[in-house]
This record gives sequence, C-alpha cells and structure tokens, in this order.
Amino acid sequence: MSAAPDHTPTMAAVALGERLAKAAPLLLVPVLVLAGYLAIGTTSSWLTLTVSGLAMGMMIFIMASGLTLVFGLMDVINFGHGAFISVGAFVGISVLLSLGAWTGAPSLALNVGAVMLAVFAAMVVTGLLGWGFERVIVRPVYGAHLKQILVTVGGLIVIEQMIHVIWGPDEIFLTRPEMLKGAVTFAGAAIEKYRLLAVAVGLVLFVLMRVVFRHTKVGLIVRAGVENGEMVQALGYRLRLVFVGVFIAGSALAGLGGVMWGLYQEVITAGMGEEMMILVFIVVIIGGLGSVEGAFIGALLVGLTQNYVAFLAPKLALISNIGLMTVILMWRPQGMLPVVKAK
Amino acid sequence: MKILAGDRPRSTVLTLILLVILICLALAPFLFPGVRSLETAARICIFIVLVASYDLLLGYTGIVSFAHTMFFGLGAYGVALASVHMERGFGALAVGTVAGAVAAALLALVIGLFSLRVRAIFFAMITLAVASAVAVLVSQLSAITGGEDGLNYSIPRELTPAFRLGEVAGVRINGKLLNYYLVFGSSLMLVLLLLRIVNSPFGRVLQAIRENDFRAEAVGYRVVWYRVTATCLSAAVAALAGSLFAIWLRYVGPDTVLSFEIMLDILLMVVIGGMGTIYGAVVGATIFVLAQNYLQTLMGSAAEAVAGVPLLPDLLNPDRWLLWLGVLFILSVYFFPTGIVGRLRGKA
Repeated sequence: MSAAPDHTPTMAAVALGERLAKAAPLLLVPVLVLAGYLAIGTTSSWLTLTVSGLAMGMMIFIMASGLTLVFGLMDVINFGHGAFISVGAFVGISVLLSLGAWTGAPSLALNVGAVMLAVFAAMVVTGLLGWGFERVIVRPVYGAHLKQILVTVGGLIVIEQMIHVIWGPDEIFLTRPEMLKGAVTFAGAAIEKYRLLAVAVGLVLFVLMRVVFRHTKVGLIVRAGVENGEMVQALGYRLRLVFVGVFIAGSALAGLGGVMWGLYQEVITAGMGEEMMILVFIVVIIGGLGSVEGAFIGALLVGLTQNYVAFLAPKLALISNIGLMTVILMWRPQGMLPVVKAK
Repeated sequence: MKILAGDRPRSTVLTLILLVILICLALAPFLFPGVRSLETAARICIFIVLVASYDLLLGYTGIVSFAHTMFFGLGAYGVALASVHMERGFGALAVGTVAGAVAAALLALVIGLFSLRVRAIFFAMITLAVASAVAVLVSQLSAITGGEDGLNYSIPRELTPAFRLGEVAGVRINGKLLNYYLVFGSSLMLVLLLLRIVNSPFGRVLQAIRENDFRAEAVGYRVVWYRVTATCLSAAVAALAGSLFAIWLRYVGPDTVLSFEIMLDILLMVVIGGMGTIYGAVVGATIFVLAQNYLQTLMGSAAEAVAGVPLLPDLLNPDRWLLWLGVLFILSVYFFPTGIVGRLRGKA
C-alpha cells in the first residue's frame, strides 16, 4: 500500500485584484459620482445633478425590483410590467386630484396624508391587477419564453388602451402638493424637495427589502427559490404561492413607482409605463437578472449617467443608457450581479 | 416545385388561398382599378416580405425581436437619404437600398453578438431598448432625418404617375404601375428567397435550435453563430422591404416606418398567419392589411350606432383599434398558436 500523496493545503489570502473584482459593482456608483464631479467641476451643479440622478435611480429601482424578482423566481419575463406603472400613476393621481383641498393646503400633515392615500390606492389597484394578470395572462404560459413575451406584450397593449378608454386619450397635468413644491438650498445648490423625498423613499424601500430578504423566513424562501426552485419545492414549500405573492408585490411596487414618477414629471400619459419599461429593462439587464442588489446599483447608474450626460453633452443623452448597457455587458455579459444561472 | 424550395403548402385550401392572393396581387391594377386599392395591394406586398423576414426570426429561430421596425426604417431612410442627397435616378435608389441593407445587417450583428451570446431572452429586451433609442434619435436629429416631419423626395420619373405609356384594357399604364410591379416583383423574389433559406440545411439547423438549443449545441452546431446569422439575414430582408416601401411612398417619417405600432402589427400578422411557415406571413399580412384598411371604418359606424350606451362608444372608437388588436393577439397566442396555416395543414 502506497502512502497517501502529500497534501499541503495552501491558504493564500485572496489577492487584492480578486477582491476588487468582487466589489467592483458596488464601487461603480461612488466612482461614477466622483467622475461626475471631476467632469462637471462646479460643486453646486454637481450636487443638483447627483441628487436628481439618485432620485431618478431610486424611482426606477422601485419599478424594476418586482420585475427582476419575478424573473428570478419563476423564469417569467413580464413585458406587461410597464402597464402597472401607468395604471398606478393614473389611479394615484386621480386620488390626488380629487383630494384637491388637501394637496392645496399649506399643511405638511394634510399633504403627506393625501400622497399616502394616493400611493395606497395605487398600490392596492395595481396589486389586484397584478394578481389578475398573473392568473389570466401569465399562468397558462409558464415555461415558454416565446409565448410569455408575446402574451405579456398583448396584455400591456390592452391595459394601456383601457386607460385611454377610462381616463380619455389626453395626458393629465398636475401640480405637486404645496409642501413638496420648491427647493431647498444646500451648499449653494438648489435641490428640489420632492427629489429628496424620492431618494428617501427609495432608500427606505431598499433597506426594507434587504431586511425582508436577509432576516425573514419568507425572504429566505424567495432567495432559495431564485437559486434553485426545484429544491425548495422538494423541501415542501409551495413556491407557487410565494411566486404569486412576489408577483403581486412587484406589481404594487410598480404602481408606487408610477405615482412617484407622475409626481416627479408632473404629467402622466398612458404610454409612460412603456417608456419607463425601456429603462427598467436596461436596469434589470445590467444589474443581472434576478438580483435586487444588482437592480439597485443598475438603477442608480442609469439615473446618474443620464443626468450627468444630459448636462455635459445634451445630444448624447438620448443614447447614454444604451452606451452604459453596452459597456457593462462588455465587461460582464451576465450583468453585474447575476443570480439566476444562465438557462 | 423547385421554385418553392420543395416546401409545398401541403393543404388544398391553403394552396387555393395562396393562389388567389398571388393572382390578385399580380393583376391588382387590372382587377381592382383605383388609387386606394393599388395602395392597399402595394402595402400587402411589402408587409408580406416584412412579416416573412420576421418569421425567419420568430417562427424558425425562436427569437423575439422588437427591433424589426428599426431595420425596416433603416432601409426606408437609406433610400430617402440617398434620394435627397444624390441626383434623381436609379443610382440613388440602388445606393440607398444597399446601404440600408448593409447597415441593418451590421447593426443586427452587433446587437446579436451582445445579447445572443448570453441568452436569447436578453435579445428581446435589448432590441426593445435599442429600437426605442433609434426612434428617438431619428425624431430628434431633424437636421439629417427631417425629424417628426420625415422626408419627401423625388424618385426616378419612370416610377411616377407623370410617366405615361398608353392604355391596356382600360387601365392607364404609367410610372405608378411600373412602380407597383417593381414592388410586386421584388417582394415575390424576396419571399421565394426566404422560402429557399428556411428549407435549406441552414434552416433545418435553425429549427433544431428553436426546438432545443442545448441539444443542437451538443450535436455540434454553433448555436450563437446560427442565431446571429439568422438575425442578420432577417434584418437585411426587412431593410429591403423598407426600401421598397420608401420607393413606393416617396415619403418616410418616424410614424410610418419606425413606430412601435407597426412592430405590433408585424407580431400579430405572424401569429395569425402561423409562425414558422413563411406561407403564414403571406396569409396573415394579406388578411391583416385588408382588415386594417376596411375594418376601422366599420368600427367608426359601430361606435355611432351605440352612441347612447355608456362606455361602448369609447370601446368601439376607431382610435381604440389597438385594444382589439391586443385582445385578438392574446387570444390567438392561447387558442390559435399555429395560426391559420397550421390549422389548415392540420386538417389536410
């Protein structure tokens, strides 16, 4: 009997380069902000642009998070997600407009109350709509990507046209509640109050999501389901129920994003969801399908890039997002933090 | 049968339908005199090519693209720009057509290499993003593309109504007629070419990839290469269709060649006609264009008829045409996935 071969385990520390490569996606946002500062030069405009970029990014993240999870969990790609954004915006803004007395009053409590009501109504309606959408449109076509894409595009058109039927064909203009108008001045830069609110809401939601995903049982099941759905089912969890829940929550978040985007733009159209979907897709792709963290980073990158480029070279702003996507995909073809294995 | 690449319609009814369509289109100026019906016939020819080229992608390769109108638009704008900047003549048309097709193929190559390398589903999302960016670019760069107003230009005199040749069977033979036969002839050739492509060994591999890409890869075919090639071919043919459209209309604008609505029309035509058959494109495009031209009028009168009822007039408003398209689309994907051609073949 020969002796066992020598086995000398080496325990080298992870090289700096490798560590950097792992952390690179997380570092991208600060690097981009810094690069923006160097390119723009003046602190005040840089600050304004950064805040508006972050605000835009947060709103896109709210809309994108549901989509990426739905894909990760059930391998369903929902092109109809944009419809929830539009519906959310129309429901929410209708509630706001009907509460004119509350939004017009210069009282923070009444204003916030009106916005909360609007958001609540929008989320309930889009959540219910998402539930119906999942049952009627998506359920019969599980496992068939081609049909999913076709059918959900059909759903998007139908819902969008129904908005036209219900609310009429014209865009609706609105003004923000009294206390959310105007800007605060900080270090010489004018920063719109509403943008600060959007950043705050986005951050709170992101932290909340992380807490749910990392520290609750439901979050654990969802994460495990994204990683390996069959195994989770084999362990006795009804992944379908979890999935329906995630679909509803994702739709409700899209509705929330729609209300916030409507208030941000101060105009809503039935086609807004479709337009936002393009940004949402870019975010989901560069973040890595199925990854909430990736979508968060991706959304911030998209928001910041768009604002910086629009300031530095307005002509290029139209294609800045495509450019960003190209660069990221050249660097990481699967997106920055892919969770789902390539299928 | 050689001209059909050995791929017969395989159904008596379908053969008859195809023959009727072919004859009607070939003799359209004589069978249905009038400007409107000639416009409709030319539109049908062009959409048959466009939809057939999309079928190569969707039906045979199993890839969903939302950039097909972008390629269509590239061809159209190629002809338009060449006609604006070059001397009036066939040279400009040829240069524009070739440039448009090459540009479309190159763009398709780049997009394909980026997205198809990883997974086919990326392609749908990326094409949607790129197509919308291009549509915005075209409407913003008004110095080059004419912006929202589009471009008007002149085509060779031989293709305009001003060029008269006499009369045959009571129909004036003029340049417009020659133009129609240019469109018809080119469309016919392109459809036959596509039929040839999908029935070649190359087309077989595409179908194998559609059915099971993993297995096709295992058998030894380079799936990415085949997918990208199919994308480029389909883009080039779409661009050629766009060139024909531009030559026929003597006008291009973002709404007529680049809008998302056209993309939906194409999707619906493929699904209604039958995916993965090429013949489906012929049937689907014909029915759809006819319906689009004549049904919208019907919807208008239906809306007037129910004017007193709440909600119904809004639903039947001709502007809500898309709503019914969407419903029809969902229903046909669920209950009619093989389309008209599939049904006819199934019965035979």
